[in-house]
Amino acid sequence: MAKRIDVSGLNAYYGSFLAIEDISMTVEPRSVTAFIGPSGCGKSTFLRTLNRMHEVTPGGRVEGKVMLDEENLYGAGIDPVAVRREVGMVFQRPNPFPTMSVYDNVAAGLRLNGKHKKSELDDVVEKSLKGANLWNEVKDRLNKPGSGLSGGQQQRLCIARAIAVEPNVLLMDEPCSALDPISTLAIEDLIGELKEQFTIVIVTHNMQQAARVSDRTAFFNLAAVGQPGKLIELDDTERIFSNPSVQATEDYISGRFG
Amino acid sequence: MDITTQQTTAPPTAPGPAAPADKRAARGATRPGDRIFLGLSRGSGIFVLVLMAAIAAFLTYRASIAIGKNEANFFTSFEWNPSGVPPEFGIAVLVFGTVVSSVIAMVIAVPVSVGIALFITHYAPRRLGGLIGYVVDLLAAVPSIVYGLWGVLVLVPHMGGLYSWLDEYLGWTGVFAWEGGPARSLLTVGILLALMILPIITNVSREVFRQVPRMHEEAALALGATRWEVIRMSVLPFGRSGVISASMLGLGRALGETMAVAMVLSPSFDIGASLLDPGGGTFAQNIASKFNEATVMGQDALIASGMVLFVITLLVNGAARLIIARRKEYSGANA
Ligand SMILES: Nc1ncnc2c1ncn2[C@@H]1O[C@H](COP(=O)(O)OP(=O)(O)OP(=O)(O)O)[C@@H](O)[C@H]1O
Ligand SMILES: [Mg+2]
Repeated sequence: MAKRIDVSGLNAYYGSFLAIEDISMTVEPRSVTAFIGPSGCGKSTFLRTLNRMHEVTPGGRVEGKVMLDEENLYGAGIDPVAVRREVGMVFQRPNPFPTMSVYDNVAAGLRLNGKHKKSELDDVVEKSLKGANLWNEVKDRLNKPGSGLSGGQQQRLCIARAIAVEPNVLLMDEPCSALDPISTLAIEDLIGELKEQFTIVIVTHNMQQAARVSDRTAFFNLAAVGQPGKLIELDDTERIFSNPSVQATEDYISGRFG
Repeated sequence: MDITTQQTTAPPTAPGPAAPADKRAARGATRPGDRIFLGLSRGSGIFVLVLMAAIAAFLTYRASIAIGKNEANFFTSFEWNPSGVPPEFGIAVLVFGTVVSSVIAMVIAVPVSVGIALFITHYAPRRLGGLIGYVVDLLAAVPSIVYGLWGVLVLVPHMGGLYSWLDEYLGWTGVFAWEGGPARSLLTVGILLALMILPIITNVSREVFRQVPRMHEEAALALGATRWEVIRMSVLPFGRSGVISASMLGLGRALGETMAVAMVLSPSFDIGASLLDPGGGTFAQNIASKFNEATVMGQDALIASGMVLFVITLLVNGAARLIIARRKEYSGANA
């Protein structure tokens, strides 16, 4: 069910502050696209425009088009709630629902979609937890609170929760930045498996991670603090890391700034 | 720069030769300022404890005198005649009146307060929410005597509509039957108490809901939750123990409220079948209205009843703590 994302002329504001300007890009289905760039260049902001989460921040406003296959997410009559059911998101800090058990966390999205049959939920919960490589660790404690897991397990629980509703696109905002190297590797492996089914976009500050997990890499930059962030270039990951076409990308990757 | 870091990182005391001195240093009692402060704070702590113990001993002593002389059953008697010969008094009516009026108050105030708090924090535009919050803050500052006056002058005369409606549709239960008497009943008291505790519960709930971590709400939003679903999945579970605490604060006030109840209720020492019948009594109201004219024995009896109110309040608080603790594992605290 993976879908193509096609963004054109996208601006995002916080109040009157233009955070990202005139972004256009295409993300192919069943691929992993990494967003890299210095802090504050608008990676998270852009990511959040892709599932209409940007507008939940006070003053958040978006101009432009985001096409998910044939559908403009910002078209008239599109319900943002429906968009978010189609475009899943994993956050920087693991955020399982603290008052819910492991099972209920994974089932939460399904229940929102009106699925309540126990047998059906059981199947999806198991499948999603297996998909997130977490099943073996939690199968004996499905009814324990999700917040009792380790950070890495919590993050995989959040991934399981996101994939349980079978979204078309999975957005991840620095999903490993709060995790140890082993959990990070587990999640990177997982991303490799998930791209068979989903269109994945991942924000990361870790160049090696971008190089390891992504097919395509987008480099964002901003001219100065207070200026809007822009997409500098988007290309195959190999090419970005070996022979980028823009000097700023090369400077950033080789650590000359940012 | 160097010098300051050296100063701040230097050990505050030189390592002493003897172990006890080290121990004292660790507790921070070596400098004169520390020692004086420690003495002061320890002294006031002990003073408070001694004071409390003295008060408790005095009250227990006087209450036990009264109960010792009481010829009726203290818990079941409907009499309040501690100065009679023989003295007879019991708290059944007071327990009933206090519990019933407080329960009515809670049933009304908790849902409404939670609703207002949610509206302020999650629905209202920022300005409007701020304005409502401010008004609720003001309500919390109104003295109870003012509520009492308002209750007598406005609420009581205007309860007729509600009373006849209740009588018409729920009168058959007996609990809501109305004979047309003045609305100075436990129901009116409960409604007035609800208004009085509403600001407290709203304020505390609002703070709790405001503190729900953004990331919990975004977790629900990103799954495609509507605003109400976000509240159900993230906000209410996170705020649950806070709302319980807030309700307990409110209940504490409702149980102990004196002036407003004394002004509105037409006191009588019996338990009516209907909540709409004028009459009844509560602990605090009974003490307030009888204490001035009471004999020594009468005072002792009132003190005894006051101690029962104290025990009820303690039990309620304990129960609330239990409820909160039981689901601690699932609370937002360890997220
Ligand atoms: N809630 C907000 N209100 C106002 N401005 C914001 C808000 N969130 C972000 N910004 C601003 O928008 C710009 C882009 O921020 P964003 O968080 O998207 O950057 P980022 O590339 O994700 O940075 P990082 O790598 O540090 O996560 C920054 O200038 C930031 O200050
Ligand atoms: Mg970011």
